[in-house]
Amino acid sequence: MSALPSAVGRTLTQTGEDGSQSAGQSVAEEAFLPTCEEVPCAPNILRPEGEIKLEARSLNMYYGSFQALRNVSMAIPERRITALIGPSGCGKSSFLRCFNRMNDMIDGFRLEGDVLLEGNDIYRRDLDLAYLRKRVGMVFQAPNPFPMSIYDNIAYGPRLHGRPDRSELDQIVEQSLRQAALWDEVKDKLRQSALGLSGGQQQRLCIARVLAVQPEVLLMDEPASALDPTATFHIEELMLQLMEHYTIVIVTHNMYQASRVSQYTGFFLMGELVEFGHTEQIFETPRDKRTDDYIRGRFG
Amino acid sequence: MRSTKPRRWGERLIEGAIKSTGIATIVFVLLIFVFLLKDSLPLFGHAKQTASLLGTRWLPTSEPEQFGLIPLLLGSLYVTLGAMVISVPLGVACAIFIAELAPQWLRELLKPLVELLAAVPSVVFGALGVLLLGPWFAKTLHLPVGQFAALGSLLLAFMAIPTIVSVSEDALHAVPRALRAGSLALGATHWQSITRVVLPTARSGLIAAGLLGLGRAIGETMTVLMVTGNAAVIPQGLKGFILPVRTMTATIAAEMGETAHNSTHYFALFFIGLLLFLITLVVNVVAEVVVHRMGREAK
Amino acid sequence: MTRPHLVHPRHVQNMMYIVLSLMAAVVVLPVLGLLAYMMIKGLAGLNPDLFLKGSQALLPAMVGTLYLVLLTAAIAAPIGIAAAVYLSEYAHRGILVRLIRLAIINLAGVPSVVHGLFGLALFVMMLKFGRCLLSGAATMALLVLPLIISASEEALRQVPQRLRDGSLALGATRWQTIRRVVLPNALPGIMTGLILSISRAAGETAPILFTAAFLSLTNPYPESLFDEILALPYQLFVMTSEMPSVPAETKWATAFVLVVLVLGLNIGAILWRTHLRRAKRW
Repeated sequence: MSALPSAVGRTLTQTGEDGSQSAGQSVAEEAFLPTCEEVPCAPNILRPEGEIKLEARSLNMYYGSFQALRNVSMAIPERRITALIGPSGCGKSSFLRCFNRMNDMIDGFRLEGDVLLEGNDIYRRDLDLAYLRKRVGMVFQAPNPFPMSIYDNIAYGPRLHGRPDRSELDQIVEQSLRQAALWDEVKDKLRQSALGLSGGQQQRLCIARVLAVQPEVLLMDEPASALDPTATFHIEELMLQLMEHYTIVIVTHNMYQASRVSQYTGFFLMGELVEFGHTEQIFETPRDKRTDDYIRGRFG
Repeated sequence: MRSTKPRRWGERLIEGAIKSTGIATIVFVLLIFVFLLKDSLPLFGHAKQTASLLGTRWLPTSEPEQFGLIPLLLGSLYVTLGAMVISVPLGVACAIFIAELAPQWLRELLKPLVELLAAVPSVVFGALGVLLLGPWFAKTLHLPVGQFAALGSLLLAFMAIPTIVSVSEDALHAVPRALRAGSLALGATHWQSITRVVLPTARSGLIAAGLLGLGRAIGETMTVLMVTGNAAVIPQGLKGFILPVRTMTATIAAEMGETAHNSTHYFALFFIGLLLFLITLVVNVVAEVVVHRMGREAK
Repeated sequence: MTRPHLVHPRHVQNMMYIVLSLMAAVVVLPVLGLLAYMMIKGLAGLNPDLFLKGSQALLPAMVGTLYLVLLTAAIAAPIGIAAAVYLSEYAHRGILVRLIRLAIINLAGVPSVVHGLFGLALFVMMLKFGRCLLSGAATMALLVLPLIISASEEALRQVPQRLRDGSLALGATRWQTIRRVVLPNALPGIMTGLILSISRAAGETAPILFTAAFLSLTNPYPESLFDEILALPYQLFVMTSEMPSVPAETKWATAFVLVVLVLGLNIGAILWRTHLRRAKRW
């Protein structure tokens, strides 16, 4: 699918406005080694080889006096699905929100360590936050369509970042909805309020809305937790398709979902990244006893 | 259960009394309406006075009496319109500032301050207008008089602003956080999120805020009576704003004290009261319907 | 083609933030400035003679306002609080409740001068109370009634449901629960709301214009409910708009006393309310 070529394989040296674009690169060979180079961390943290899209180095995060993350280091590979699992309150959502800086708004938020997008620090003072979030899109736990038409929901992002003309906008809306596997269901009612859609449709609309700004990364914060099994299935199918073009990080407390869709999985417990590796390895031969306990259902 | 019956009787009585106070509020509104109607209907007994209602001259003590309401309606319109032009943008801006921009400490300072603004009695605003602002404007802008429509508008605006601010702020707060987050996550700036998501979502609440402010401004009496000069003339164009006008409320307040009970003039003043009652009723009911719809949309 | 923004969104944002801050300042600062000016002017004009001597003495007006406010509260508070209890504790959704709420909204929206007309027609004329303290207070009571109802209802709703449930589970009847649990817990909130509402009555003029107020009384202090009264806001109104011969200092001083009285009540109630919210006992 060549629908969104510019979203694919951007190589950016700077987070400037004019990110140069190149044609889609070939996906790196599947030859990651379970070693732990350069990051001083536990041996149970895998560093995937090949293109690293996002990286956290020695993150400590605080909400006031509460420490939400403890010395978390993780490298997230490009154009793969990485799942973050763990019990509620383990810090996985907080960690996810570091990558598009959605934690900044919370009172008392404080972060130590580095978060890198293609090697560039995204917590620099002079960073253009809007541009970061354009590159790193996010889908929230509960669908949050704006109270406007389906069309305007999708067009919202492109209109933020420039003044697209009508025909281009029409095209973006159609492409995005097709990518989100929603086009056929809504093409006849683009002018109707998005609030009239079902929960699953609303969530796919929110995904389409993110795709319309042509991000490189998709952060998904338990995107299916508010949906019924059929809608969940749709979303999971969609993620596997999107993986071709996007780096996806998904937070889920549904371990089956993690094992179904992801190639890499990280297990969080009480603000700590306990283990990170290939999904099969995490679920079949966890190295840490705590991971094993969680996988086998010994934690809430 | 029989043994408890005597006490239940007492409770029934109390509960009945409590319920009747609730119903009393409806009765009060109806009573106001009935009394206004009762004392304004006799006006329509005389064909000549009835005909003069649509005239352009309000001359209640001349011979023959004339009760042309047009200058009073226009006077109210001018003063109220002016007040809205000033208060709606300022009030909504202030609400956005409080809800979206102000740091916590400033918000906690501003909210009670605005509430306090609402508590300043209207005669005090009037006195400020008469003693200070009127003469000052007249001198600085070389106006013919220190009592004019726009001065009433200005002071009314500051009386309507607290209502507008607090209702708008409620509306802004009712916008789900998830929508802001969704917008920011798409790379919108805070300001883009405010103008493109927050304000459109809060639209009905903001309209209601304006309407409630309007209701407050139309009904305001003492300030207008004191600062707008009370000349029952038909205001002409924009110039009307810097000349004296007379509003409906001011007319009642100024003339009722010197009117013989059950005279035609008395009935005419009650008729103005009835009009005011109906206008504010419509404005408030519409505002209520809009707010109600907002409540439903939020779900 | 997507064209770039004419002005970068971030610059637009910075610009608009400045504009908004200025507008918020315009809402608050000029009025504060004017009030401060009035305070300074009024403070300068204050002296003991002002309160006691001459036809414009403030003390009788203050006493009149005090009587008016107390009587208004005595009439409006029981009705208002009972109506709030009905709405918060008894009423369910239904046509009656919607009608009552609509009535309250309209009652709150009726222009104060129209309240005055109503008071004139009902209390002064029809019930033949005449122009007096009672007529004025009854009229004023109707004006503050919706304020008292909303404030009390809010205070009642702040009482957590589990307190009611706990009482009901012990076998208390609904009224017992209200009287022994709900009302005592809501009382401070109701009182602050009452003070805020009543301060309105202290500052209003239009409703008493034709129902109670009179300027040149033979006896400045009312002796019965059926005497005419002086009132502070009324006196300020007459002084500033109809008596050019009265020196400006006297007018400023009168305004000063009125503002201090009304805002004092308000500030007191707001501080008390803030204190209550901080010290939430449940």
